[in-house]
Amino acid sequence: MLSIKNLQVKLEDEDKQILKGVDLEIKGGEVHAIMGPNGSGKSTLSYVLSGKGGYEVTGGSAALEGVDLLEMEPEERAAAGLFLAFQYPVEIPGVGNMTFLRTAVNAQRKARGEEEMSAAEFLKVVRARAKDLKIDADMLKRPVNMGFSGGEKKRNEILQMAMLEPKMCILDETDSGLDVDAMKLVSEGVNALRSEGRGFLVITHYQRLLDHIKPDVVHIMSDGRIIKTGGPDLALEVENNGYADILAEVV
Amino acid sequence: MADAVAKTDPTEAMIAARSMPKGTWVQPLREDALARLRAMGLPQRRDEYWKYTRPDTLTQADAPLAAVLEADEAPMFADVDCLQIVFVDGEFDSEASDDLNLEGITIERLATSDTDLHWAKNLYGVLETRGQSPVARPLAALNTAFATDGILIHVTGKPSKPVNLTYHHKSESSDAILHHCIKLDAGAEMTLLENGPAAARFNKVLEVEVGDDASFHHIRTQGRDHERRAATHIFARLGTQSAFRSFTMTVNGVLTRNECVIELTGDDAIANVAGACVGDGEFLHDDTVFITHDAVNCQSRQVFKKVLRNGATGIFQGKILVKAGAQKTDGYQISQSLLLDGDSQFLAKPELEIYADDVACSHGSTSGAIDEDALFYLRSRGAPEAEATNLLTLAFLAEAVDEIEHEDLREDITNRLGAWLQRHRG
Ligand SMILES: Nc1ncnc2c1ncn2[C@@H]1O[C@H](COP(=O)(O)OP(=O)(O)O)[C@@H](O)[C@H]1O
Ligand SMILES: [Mg+2]
Repeated sequence: MLSIKNLQVKLEDEDKQILKGVDLEIKGGEVHAIMGPNGSGKSTLSYVLSGKGGYEVTGGSAALEGVDLLEMEPEERAAAGLFLAFQYPVEIPGVGNMTFLRTAVNAQRKARGEEEMSAAEFLKVVRARAKDLKIDADMLKRPVNMGFSGGEKKRNEILQMAMLEPKMCILDETDSGLDVDAMKLVSEGVNALRSEGRGFLVITHYQRLLDHIKPDVVHIMSDGRIIKTGGPDLALEVENNGYADILAEVV
Repeated sequence: MADAVAKTDPTEAMIAARSMPKGTWVQPLREDALARLRAMGLPQRRDEYWKYTRPDTLTQADAPLAAVLEADEAPMFADVDCLQIVFVDGEFDSEASDDLNLEGITIERLATSDTDLHWAKNLYGVLETRGQSPVARPLAALNTAFATDGILIHVTGKPSKPVNLTYHHKSESSDAILHHCIKLDAGAEMTLLENGPAAARFNKVLEVEVGDDASFHHIRTQGRDHERRAATHIFARLGTQSAFRSFTMTVNGVLTRNECVIELTGDDAIANVAGACVGDGEFLHDDTVFITHDAVNCQSRQVFKKVLRNGATGIFQGKILVKAGAQKTDGYQISQSLLLDGDSQFLAKPELEIYADDVACSHGSTSGAIDEDALFYLRSRGAPEAEATNLLTLAFLAEAVDEIEHEDLREDITNRLGAWLQRHRG
């Protein structure tokens, strides 16, 4: 599904290398987790994969189902099936949440040569998915993420994911700022989407989320590299001992 | 002798180039205006009030030519049930106009109004004269002196539908001057629509007296002809608990100067002026607003949004003057531009002048590009760059468009702005 080889990335405007050779192989149906200290490059990886500006790829490759991601525009990557749930979802004054969702769904359909969703069908699907995530009608009407609490913003990300049905989902600290109930809602939302043909990359600091979304593989990232890969136990180890031991072990 | 002066003085050249229409009650008012115009002279480049907008093409004796745009979309407000009044290059078109009969109002044409007991005697040129201080507005005095026609509306009740003034532009050399007066009696209500480019060069004055408890709504669009020029003035005076709401959409036009001069003279009155304009290339759009608070507990709002690309220029000069004694004034002013490239510019001069101590006034002016984070967010969800940009641009304009209270008209305006953005994408 997602194949990243020796990916190296620096800031465009600064001589600062952030990713120093990342390798990652995620198959359809798998859930991978990336953990790691703040500033290790986790968000940068997710941004570079989804095409955000300001970064320069200095080496390596990233492909989705064999297609080079790095050459594509952000919207092409989205149409190809890549989705990023943002660590900090963006507020957009003046653009209604519904309009935003509909624009996204139909733009992707159009890009894939599929028919647009009718207004009625769209409404029906949105309402059902929103209900599962306890997103009320008012939140759907309001401008995108404006005045949303931290938890509401994260649920809104999952709603977008559910509507877009991507092949490869990257969740960047979707659990931060969530209380226990919201965490459950979000996890259920994610688990409902788990399927053979879909891959997940879950970036998190906490084992807590991984109790709900059970990963197949756990990676530890530090200073722009994946320094250790293991099973779900690795997350427990981090939870109990922090990163210090693992970092020491590698050095 | 006169000719010699005319050659050197643009004001005399302008006066020499036109003849004052004959009228009855209006005649002395026109003569007064002519004297005012001679005393102040037409605007010049060095005038402080014309610092950002070159007045030359508005003050030269003949209008510069302006190509006529072939219409390729339905006329504005086509679906609105309204009383339609049509002018072609500034000339009244009786064929295309409805009968000037509507319950709750009386409508007459300036050109044919000949009774000497006319109510408009107390309005025509009167608010314009008041508006000449503290800043001179010579193009408005020129208008009062030489307007060839206009509509005089006396609102006594609440007419069931809006009056729609449609201004067609068919001659590339037309130079139109129209002057409208509207008087709303106490408790009366009306909506005035205006649309169309009007002429190669259009000088228009609208004087509105809003009586106590009366309410005036105004929505106008200024046509799509690229080369047309317009200098318009609105002069309004508001009575106690009255409301004045004016929204203008400007799409294209090589030069537009819209001045709006409002006096809040009765307590608890509300004045809202808003504008949304979009320009690509040779486009200069100037909103010049002067709001005077001269009563207690009044509210005023100015909301202006400009989208500029390819070297287009946006100008905003907005002033809130709060006179001594105008306590509890709530004045709000915002002017913002969205620059879609590095060539365009926005020049703003927001001013507050306050002589009362218990007031809340705020003003803000910003100029910026599309928000990159919002753009990336939209694109990461699949919206192509141009579509995402348009969505964000419409969202930027929405704050001004939202000032329109009628939902259908708001939607109509939004659609037109959206269509413009489609035609002028990056
Ligand atoms: N646009 C940027 N400008 C400056 N520094 C950046 C930028 N993006 C990332 N960085 C730096 O790169 C490093 C990795 O950041 P990030 O990817 O956000 O880490 P994480 O998500 O693992 O906490 C940090 O040192 C951060 O300060
Ligand atoms: Mg991060």
